[in-house]
Amino acid sequence: MTNATQEWPLFEIFIRGQHGLSHRHVGSLHAPDAEMAIKNARDVYTRRNEGVSIWVVQASDIAASSPEEKGSLYEPANDKVYRHPTFFDIPDEVGAM
Amino acid sequence: MYAQMIKSTGEGVKSLDEMDPQERAFQERINAGGKIEPKDWMPDGYRKNLIRQIGQHAHSEIVGQLPEGNWITRAPTLERKAILLAKVQDEAGHGLYLYCAAETLGVTRDQLTRDLLSGKMKYSSIFNYPTLTWADMGAVGWLVDGAAIMNQVPLQRTSYGPYARAMVRICKEESFHQRQGYDIMMKMAKGTEAQKKMAQDALNRFWGPALMMFGPSDENSVHSAQSMAWKIKMNSNDELRQKFVDECVPQAEYLGLTVPDPELKWNEERGHYDFTQPDWDEFFDVLRGNGPCNTERLEARNKAWDDGAWVRDGLMAHAAKKRAAKLAAE
Repeated sequence: MTNATQEWPLFEIFIRGQHGLSHRHVGSLHAPDAEMAIKNARDVYTRRNEGVSIWVVQASDIAASSPEEKGSLYEPANDKVYRHPTFFDIPDEVGAM
Repeated sequence: MYAQMIKSTGEGVKSLDEMDPQERAFQERINAGGKIEPKDWMPDGYRKNLIRQIGQHAHSEIVGQLPEGNWITRAPTLERKAILLAKVQDEAGHGLYLYCAAETLGVTRDQLTRDLLSGKMKYSSIFNYPTLTWADMGAVGWLVDGAAIMNQVPLQRTSYGPYARAMVRICKEESFHQRQGYDIMMKMAKGTEAQKKMAQDALNRFWGPALMMFGPSDENSVHSAQSMAWKIKMNSNDELRQKFVDECVPQAEYLGLTVPDPELKWNEERGHYDFTQPDWDEFFDVLRGNGPCNTERLEARNKAWDDGAWVRDGLMAHAAKKRAAKLAAE
């Protein structure tokens, strides 16, 4: 039924370090299923109270942008400097804005 | 170090002008302190070298559990036992952080495991020495983890992102390891005459092997030059070994123990200690598989892998069954 050479799937692990912060990617590990991945992540990534919440995602389910597209992907933002507040000169007399 | 004798595949270091535009952009990014990430383009040699280096480092962490695991059931107090257990568990964690960094380069975990178990890939020579007394737990934490820290702290700045991030986590935990070892040494060195003798004996046996951890002198090695250009090796072996000796000597003095090297003395002019090189013939012999524990270590890893097969398979079968039941219920 099972294949002895079959490797446990890879899960990417995300941990919320403290209440109020978002989850952050901390690494990956192999586990037979998501439930075991959470248990293993507890042992591998939170041995010193590093987290209050764990997300696990099977690595094969993650879609990622490719580095080659970097130029075209972010180009639309590059020529819109007016999106940054520093684009506008506000006279000193106006005070903090 | 934990990745001794890694030979790069390149033929010496190319100058920027000799590189094609892609490789040149890659090298310039490294020179500027940039990080290389898994999906970025990288030269084949960089990828292959890193797989071997990170893989060997990971294997060292895993095999490194064995000499200390040897004393968990015989720790002198419950507190020492709990501490040692936590330390050995950390080593397993370090191995896992490093395996997942290696896997981002396209090698599978099973492949790495197979290469360790068959003896194709190496692990650090230090773990082929036996741990004969409780004082060895002190000497290993103090000297072996101390030497590892020397190497791993600069590797936090290595050019490969996943490797650098694994190192950051490891270094945070490694300091606990060194301190718990030194704490054992302090206790033993201030104990009875017999305990003090045991501590001195542990230092005598681990001093040379600890110096060997940094690998032979690499001043003239083209392999080292390439690894340094790629920033996957940050310092020369001799530089780190000297730093290690300079740090250890006062620590040994505080313990009232004698470093087993009659030639050891402070060199005012260099601002460093002069010391005797370890026995390099012994080092190469251990790497070839002839150390006191090489056979035992590999047998233990192979046994663990074989004995664990039914657990790995059983959990996979259970996961598949649960998945099927969930699908049927939908």
